[in-house]
Amino acid sequence: MTPPAVRTANLSRMFGVVRALDDVTLEIPRGIIFGFLGPNGSGKTTMIRLLLGLLEPTTGTAEVLGCDTRSAAAAIRQQSGALLEHCGLYERLSAAENLDLYGRFWRIRAAERRARTKELLTLLELHDRCHEVVAGWSRGMKQQLAIARALFHRPSLVFLDEPTAGLDPVAAVALRDRLARLSESEGVTVFLTTHNLAEAERLCALAGVVRKGRLLAVGPPAQLAAARGETSVEIAGTGLTGPMLAMIRIHAAVQSARTDGRSLIVGLKDPAGVPQVIAALVGAGYQVESVRNTAGSLEDAFHSLLELQP
Amino acid sequence: MTDAFAVAWKEWRELLGQRGFGGKSGIVLFLAVFGIALPLQTGPSWITSPIVGIAWSWVPMFLVSTVIADAFAGERERHTLETLLATRLSDEAILFGKMVAAIGYAGAMTAGSLVLAEVAVNLVKSPSGIVFYQPATLLAMAVVGFLGAVFVAAIGVLISLRAATVRQAQQALGGTIIALLVLVVTGARLLPVEWKPNVAANAPTVWLFAIVGMGALVLLDIAVVALAMLRFKRDRLIAD
Repeated sequence: MTPPAVRTANLSRMFGVVRALDDVTLEIPRGIIFGFLGPNGSGKTTMIRLLLGLLEPTTGTAEVLGCDTRSAAAAIRQQSGALLEHCGLYERLSAAENLDLYGRFWRIRAAERRARTKELLTLLELHDRCHEVVAGWSRGMKQQLAIARALFHRPSLVFLDEPTAGLDPVAAVALRDRLARLSESEGVTVFLTTHNLAEAERLCALAGVVRKGRLLAVGPPAQLAAARGETSVEIAGTGLTGPMLAMIRIHAAVQSARTDGRSLIVGLKDPAGVPQVIAALVGAGYQVESVRNTAGSLEDAFHSLLELQP
Repeated sequence: MTDAFAVAWKEWRELLGQRGFGGKSGIVLFLAVFGIALPLQTGPSWITSPIVGIAWSWVPMFLVSTVIADAFAGERERHTLETLLATRLSDEAILFGKMVAAIGYAGAMTAGSLVLAEVAVNLVKSPSGIVFYQPATLLAMAVVGFLGAVFVAAIGVLISLRAATVRQAQQALGGTIIALLVLVVTGARLLPVEWKPNVAANAPTVWLFAIVGMGALVLLDIAVVALAMLRFKRDRLIAD
């Protein structure tokens, strides 16, 4: 039987007294895009470093493509590609040279390297600029090139650490679309960390939510959303204060409450509790302009999960 | 070795892509000064004097020291180190690739300067036929230059592994080399007085000293390279 792409058991990693990853048990099947979701500093990058065998676990075990990260890290890296926190491109080299270099690292023959460089850069619409030094490229172009580099040697598994972070919305959408196309055409398993929930919802077949190093939930995004975010309302208005938000969070009918700056988004334990919540808000001085039922989204589920944890 | 040469290829490409005196212009300037200008100014003695051998055996060490500090500190500073460590390359391939690149660069520059000087002097300044380097001088230059270059490369890698920035690595490497030079000179001065005239006057003794010295340098090289390999830990490089 083929082992899963990733399997961890009680995986933890400490940095001094800080527990960056805490008792994570997870299994990711092959051939899917897995989203590892969490706010900044939640342990997403540490998880990738552990799975690549770049860091050793403090306790617990991790297997990637059937190889133990402690004893067979080299075999894992042989079969994996990675776009880490920084794109890691050599800025004094051209785009083609950057790809060629990684082809050399994987001992791919020169003719095949040239063909693969042309194939990937054409797919990413970067081929006409392949001899340019990448130092002058935009962040979006560099990220695309770094994804091409991660896929260059046709790995079984690719780790992408927040690939759209820092991109403008147009570039992020373009990169996301190309990533989806590439992962499909290459038939590769993708381990994607992100705090962009729309991205995870669109791309991932399976998602895990992590906070302060702890894995809070795992499941298909739609299932996570249905389980956590089905009874929420968006209340638009003015005059929201911190004490009001605190009051609503401890209301008997409320599961979770957060603000996106313009509106108050309230997750409810029971949909029948909406009038009570509105009445409590109005009583506290909040001027309600509109109330809208929102369909359960991964974002609601995500925030609900984070708020439930101390 | 294929993997180490892939790393070395990358280092050379990056070196040539550098702007200013660190890159191509620096190489051209070095070759022009040490391969043409100074030999022409000095004349045939640039080729025939035994002092040349002593002087040129230091040059590879100096050249290695100008590039090796960048090996890991530069990758760290430019945020490329983690991606490099995430490749299939073994620790040895990365470490030796960096060293091969620095030593190869120093060797090529030294050899290039010597060849250019040979051509320039013979074309312009040789009144009494063609002059060549003494084979013994060339051999001594090559062996001592190589061993010294390996030593500085290994020390440089050791420092660069832990340095946060290239500047810090360069300062630490410069300080270390000066300290070692002081140690060698002081050690030589402390040799028993009765040994010194023998060394100067007696050729077999000179050879014996040379062989013992080179043997010591080989052992020193092995020790420092082994130490660099011990200190190369992916976990520490990432976590630091």
